[in-house]
Amino acid sequence: MRFSGWRVLKEGLTGNKGWGPHWRDPEPKREYDVVIIGGGGHGLATAYYLAAEHGITNIAVLEKGYLGGGNVGRNTTIVRANYYLPGNSEFYSHSLRLWEGLEQELNYNAMMSQRGILNLYHNDGQRDAAVRRGNSIINQGDDAELLDREGVRKLAPYLNFDNNRFPIMGALLQRRAGTARHDAVAWGFARGADMRGVDLIQNCEVTGIDIEGGKVTGVQTARGPIRAKKVALAAAGRSGQVAAMAGLTLPIESHVLQAFVSEGVKPLIDQVITFAEGHLYISQSDKGGLVFGSYLDFYSSYAARGNLPMVEHTMETCVAMVPAVSKARLLRSWGGIMDMTPDGSPIIDHAPIEGLYLNCGWCYGGFKATPGSGNAYAHLIATDRPHGAATRFKLDRFRTGYGLMDEEGTGAQHNLH
Amino acid sequence: MRITCPLCGERDRREFNVKGAALDRPGEGADQDAWHTYVNLRQNPAGVLAELWYHEMGCGSWLTVTRNTVTHEILKVELASQTEMGGAA
Repeated sequence: MRFSGWRVLKEGLTGNKGWGPHWRDPEPKREYDVVIIGGGGHGLATAYYLAAEHGITNIAVLEKGYLGGGNVGRNTTIVRANYYLPGNSEFYSHSLRLWEGLEQELNYNAMMSQRGILNLYHNDGQRDAAVRRGNSIINQGDDAELLDREGVRKLAPYLNFDNNRFPIMGALLQRRAGTARHDAVAWGFARGADMRGVDLIQNCEVTGIDIEGGKVTGVQTARGPIRAKKVALAAAGRSGQVAAMAGLTLPIESHVLQAFVSEGVKPLIDQVITFAEGHLYISQSDKGGLVFGSYLDFYSSYAARGNLPMVEHTMETCVAMVPAVSKARLLRSWGGIMDMTPDGSPIIDHAPIEGLYLNCGWCYGGFKATPGSGNAYAHLIATDRPHGAATRFKLDRFRTGYGLMDEEGTGAQHNLH
Repeated sequence: MRITCPLCGERDRREFNVKGAALDRPGEGADQDAWHTYVNLRQNPAGVLAELWYHEMGCGSWLTVTRNTVTHEILKVELASQTEMGGAA
């Protein structure tokens, strides 16, 4: 089933009776070439790129709940490639280029909206850092513009420019950044993978990983054992539990990150905007809701909900940046489970067990990475060599200390990101 | 989430800073793998976890808080100085 303007018109005129399910609901086979644990954005993207770019289609994606029911459906939908450090910089650049062609490639409306991101700065030090990061982004081949105060005012006149503690001096703007419809990204990859023969198996929790003679041979699941030549983890916040089934301990703590959405209001915020105080980020959805969030709660959690002090902090910083928001009512808040690494950067690497692959540690930034992560992970699984844009996401950088990517500059320790 | 400090009583979570899992610190002369395990690797349980919390805006004590990471229920709070976990090995 292909989507097109014609198809929408035809279905609209004939009572929308021709739409079918976007993917099959197959029974698991007894054996696959590749089993991917986790049917979220990254797992589905990995399956898609394995099938589309590497011709490997005998794949099962095992999901304990429903497709896209984890962090890919719980984030604030921001897409950007404005990282500073080598390793992250080329990877997110690669990912953003994939985002730009994603809807055409998947024939699926992911509502990719390159509305731009403004990272505000409030003092000379932050300005210097913005200049430096902008230059790094430009050297990487992406776009960055430094705006002064008046430049920001033209784009976002409603901001509180004269906040006593954090006056807005300007912003680093990346015009190619923006937002995408998070669920649709998962659905688009799911449909694309399914069309190429990948089995997407829901309600199929993995309960064990079979290892014989140091080599992975398959998995135990709620729907019976499945043999596999290669097993690939893409379990996000639950990576620790899945890795433990293979006897591995990961350099990961799972934390809660809260997100918030207001009632729908008329168009107010055209871009994604970040406040350099309090880590606030905000955008407006197409339905009109203001979507925003800030820090982690900073304690380990699998609860997928947070505590009130961080709610209060987020509201305070939001109102400090955009005073008009104080009139809006909060509609919903929720939490996601973030797989936090010590340096705040991810892992796409071989596990120290033959045939087992790791994709984890996306911290609070996994959504924008979705196509890049799937693309690079598929490359690793298919060829056993890292993708050119993801050569530095090594597991052993924590053991050796070599190649740590502490983008925030706060120190490569668990409690600091 | 409210934490009952053994010295100050039940207090708002905002009075406390969390350090993370309460782990045995490697002793002098420990090898690289021991430090790697201590600094980086985490059991990261979905369930009961012993953590170090600092009562910064209260008595300034380090506390060992045993907490359920799935429900946020706090099961036990002790002075870290009186527990075996989290001290020098």
